[in-house]
Amino acid sequence: MAEPAPERPLPAWSLPAGSAESLALPTEWPGRVTREWAWGGSTGNGVRVCILDSGIEADHPDVGELAGAVAVEVGDGDEISVVEDVEGDLCGHGTACAGIVRSIAKDCELFSVRVLGAGFTGSGTALLGGLRWAVEQGFDVINMSLSTTKSHFAGLLHEVADLAYFRRTVLVASAHNMPVESYPWRFSSVISVGSHEEPDAETFYYNPSPPVEFFARGVDVEIAWLGKARARSTGNSFATPHMSGICALILGKHPELTPFQLKSALYLTANNVEGRDD
Amino acid sequence: MTDDGLRAAVAAGVLASEDSHRALLQATVEVARGIFYAKASSVLLYDERTDELVFEAVAGEGSEKLIGERLPSSTGIGGWVLVTRQPIVLDDVSQDPRFAEEAAKKTGFVPKGLMCVPLIHQEEPLGVLYVLDRPQESRFSLQEMELLGLFGHQAAIALDLLRKARRAKAVLEDADTDSALLARVAENLEELDGQRRAAGVELLRSLEALFKH
Repeated sequence: MAEPAPERPLPAWSLPAGSAESLALPTEWPGRVTREWAWGGSTGNGVRVCILDSGIEADHPDVGELAGAVAVEVGDGDEISVVEDVEGDLCGHGTACAGIVRSIAKDCELFSVRVLGAGFTGSGTALLGGLRWAVEQGFDVINMSLSTTKSHFAGLLHEVADLAYFRRTVLVASAHNMPVESYPWRFSSVISVGSHEEPDAETFYYNPSPPVEFFARGVDVEIAWLGKARARSTGNSFATPHMSGICALILGKHPELTPFQLKSALYLTANNVEGRDD
Repeated sequence: MTDDGLRAAVAAGVLASEDSHRALLQATVEVARGIFYAKASSVLLYDERTDELVFEAVAGEGSEKLIGERLPSSTGIGGWVLVTRQPIVLDDVSQDPRFAEEAAKKTGFVPKGLMCVPLIHQEEPLGVLYVLDRPQESRFSLQEMELLGLFGHQAAIALDLLRKARRAKAVLEDADTDSALLARVAENLEELDGQRRAAGVELLRSLEALFKH
């Protein structure tokens, strides 16, 4: 007697007849997506947010407790090692980004991956290695308020950005503030962010003329800074953690969303898109 | 010696001196200070040899002390800007005690606010431009950020010229090389005029024809 054929003998890049039921979605999408549906009542609880930057100052009152902090080191042969970070923030920028995320998603878990401090020469390698490591850890959101102009890193970064997308890790990346080519914000698998000039932290706009997809608050933002201090700052760097914070709120309420679905929810709740309830 | 080295050496014989390039950088920081109504402005070049940022031109407060001072290339605000290629605008940064102490030690004054922009030329960040203490009462706008970016692009071109001139000078100073010999010939030819120059050019043309065969 012939053995029964295996259920799916070929890689399942297609949908066999009669199996549409297997695609049942865990989220019930309402007819009209509102902010209330998307993140009403959420504090980002249970969402793991990684700040890939200059490190984070521990115990800054605007940042609170960190779930962990590592530093990416680059060896002589460009090999990467990820070690516990005992130095904290080497600039202030990472602390600022962490503070913004915390101000929006107060109960999310914040994790620092420091990719600065390995010298300028190793900086592209550290950025790529740090991002790859963060994706492997399965963070829900990775905030990247930085980019590289080195085109030979573009292909490798693209691969990691796509990997993150398929693994349900959302990369939120700053668009460049200057008219230069840089990565990874130009990739369609990430959520790219530029600045608007309005003072509201939850105001954001969808941009129908990519590559920048969303505009968030990025001008004259009060930020956490080194020495338990605060400063004010401007730039896409600070618009990006606003979007990361909103992503954390949405994922806190709808943890099953894929990056595609999350981006769709952002689109439908943007201030310039109909369907909002406020 | 590479082709680049030979070309650089010959070019160094006929191009403007480093003094002219320094003047260009000085003018750059003076203009940056002027257009943003700032107290001070400075340009730092990335030194590949030591992996540091070096003050090359300064206008305004602290200008005498800073030329030649060095900063780490991947820490601090300048390091972040160089590594990430993103400009940064900070106000009220003097609340940071470490920043305040460091600034006071190096320049004698503590800026309340700063802008720092990477100077990128053909993908490579060559250094950074600082603008310190624009008027506090004027709120920073995205138009200013764009202006800063455009201005930074122009400054990057000046910095690239300076870097090339220095490389060429380094080739010239190595007197025993073929390229230094060629550079001296080019330099001497530039200084000739009239019949001697015409005769020199004719001789060089003959040499060129000879080398081709």
